[in-house]
Amino acid sequence: MNRIRLVFSGSGGQGVITAAIILAEAAVIHEGLNATQSQSYGAAARGGSTRSDVIISDKEINFPGVTQPNILVCLTQDAYNTYSSIIRPGGTLLTDSRFVQTTRKVDAKQIELPMYEAVMEKVGKPVVFNICVLGTLIGITEILKPESVMAAVADRVPKDFLTMNNRAFDIGLVLGSQYRR
Amino acid sequence: MSKKIRFIQGNEACVEGALYAGLDFYAGYPITPSTEIAEHLSERLPQVGGKFIQMEDEIASMCAIIGASLTGKKVMTATSGPGFSLKQEAIGYACMAEIPCVIANVQRGGPSTGNPTHVSQGDINQARWGTHGDHAIIALTASNHQDVFRITVDAFNLAETYRTPVILLFDEVIGHMREKLVIPEKGEVEIVDRLRTSVPKDVDYHPYLPREDGRLPMSDFGGEHRYNVTGLFHDMWGFPSNNPKIVNDLLRHLVDKIDNNVHTITRYKEHFLEGAEYIMVSYGSSARSAIHLAQNRRNKGEKIGVLELQSIWPFPTELVKEKCANAKAVLVVEMNMGQVLAQVKAAVRNPDRVFLVNRIDGKLITPTDIKQLLRVIQGRGV
Repeated sequence: MNRIRLVFSGSGGQGVITAAIILAEAAVIHEGLNATQSQSYGAAARGGSTRSDVIISDKEINFPGVTQPNILVCLTQDAYNTYSSIIRPGGTLLTDSRFVQTTRKVDAKQIELPMYEAVMEKVGKPVVFNICVLGTLIGITEILKPESVMAAVADRVPKDFLTMNNRAFDIGLVLGSQYRR
Repeated sequence: MSKKIRFIQGNEACVEGALYAGLDFYAGYPITPSTEIAEHLSERLPQVGGKFIQMEDEIASMCAIIGASLTGKKVMTATSGPGFSLKQEAIGYACMAEIPCVIANVQRGGPSTGNPTHVSQGDINQARWGTHGDHAIIALTASNHQDVFRITVDAFNLAETYRTPVILLFDEVIGHMREKLVIPEKGEVEIVDRLRTSVPKDVDYHPYLPREDGRLPMSDFGGEHRYNVTGLFHDMWGFPSNNPKIVNDLLRHLVDKIDNNVHTITRYKEHFLEGAEYIMVSYGSSARSAIHLAQNRRNKGEKIGVLELQSIWPFPTELVKEKCANAKAVLVVEMNMGQVLAQVKAAVRNPDRVFLVNRIDGKLITPTDIKQLLRVIQGRGV
């Protein structure tokens, strides 16, 4: 497999970092791959903009930072303005249409989807927004099997909340699959 | 799902290593970026019958693990730069009284409270000379979680073998980054347990009288034997002495027991060193960038390799000299102003061909940072 470099960006509290961890954990634990996950860390992490870098590969990963992501997720306007220019030419840029107005200045496949709206309409809980984003990402890119990611979600989420998370993930999967590469 | 494969932070890999090695007692005062070590041990240690205590400060934490170690426990504490400074006096006490203990320092930017949430490797020399007076010390490091686990086990083993404080010099990137750790089966990695005295109860036990092989068997303090422990120079009973011969012999013993075993203590890894014309000497998270660059350049046919140090003190001078003997240039890649650089310069035959590649702004040094300097050294421009 080709090395996959992802950057998740958004605002503290959106679950950006949790989503990054779950994805990388799914790759390692459930698909036997290597992955690293690192994040910006500091006072800004709470309420301010957050970023998490994930690399997934079947080979050894040394330098854990991502300078040019193949896949970039921006969940706030701030994150989009800051990071959209770093995407690798031809990469995939996923944004939520409620939070981000795109300018389409970069050479990337830009996909805007109403993930937040869909979650609020069908689940009614904003807390699973990040899991819906993960589902969308898997739907578009198929970098991991949906079952692997859901298994990683199940490892982390309290039992009573699992159904809700599963639904959010499926909503994303359907949203994303229409843009399958 | 296999329970033995984990996806965790480096700090948690250190916790797993410590528990594997048989840690019984942890005392600490949480500080970024080492906090997760305390956090996870506060949960895990009681589950395996150990004791976790959050002390009032770093000094008390260090003193508490020294006391617990004397009673026969395997002990550790964890901290970062400011706390490491506070612990220095008690580390000296542990050196002098020869008390096994492990101190993890997850490095952040300094001096003082510095750059709490960002990476640095600025405590290399502090680990060596932070406490006063001649002494020897063991300091280890690692660049990935599998090695963090392994080197943590080694730290406990070496502390018991040489009756000395052992310092784990990790850094913020290693501590916070998540990656895979495969936890070895019980018995897969050797564990060194404490050498205890065979002197029976009510028979005179000399706590500081070395056996023929130079080792000092211990007796759990508060147990079968009464003896004295002090930070003053002391005789075989552990009582203070300023007898010149005793002072001379003890100081030489403290230094020699470690410095004469550099070869045994040395831990390192080679990456693409065969026929390398340019050698990067690195350790910890900066070694990851060096290895990344070496791999890319090798794919393009350049002869470049990495000597990754996993033991920093005692410094593996002979190893560095031998491995770098045929290099056109040596690049020391580290995130400080040249602390290991000085050691490498002193080790090699041609110190003028040793260059510092560093970054000190709190960001992890990148392969591109190294490449730019490498090209200048190679005479190929920027």
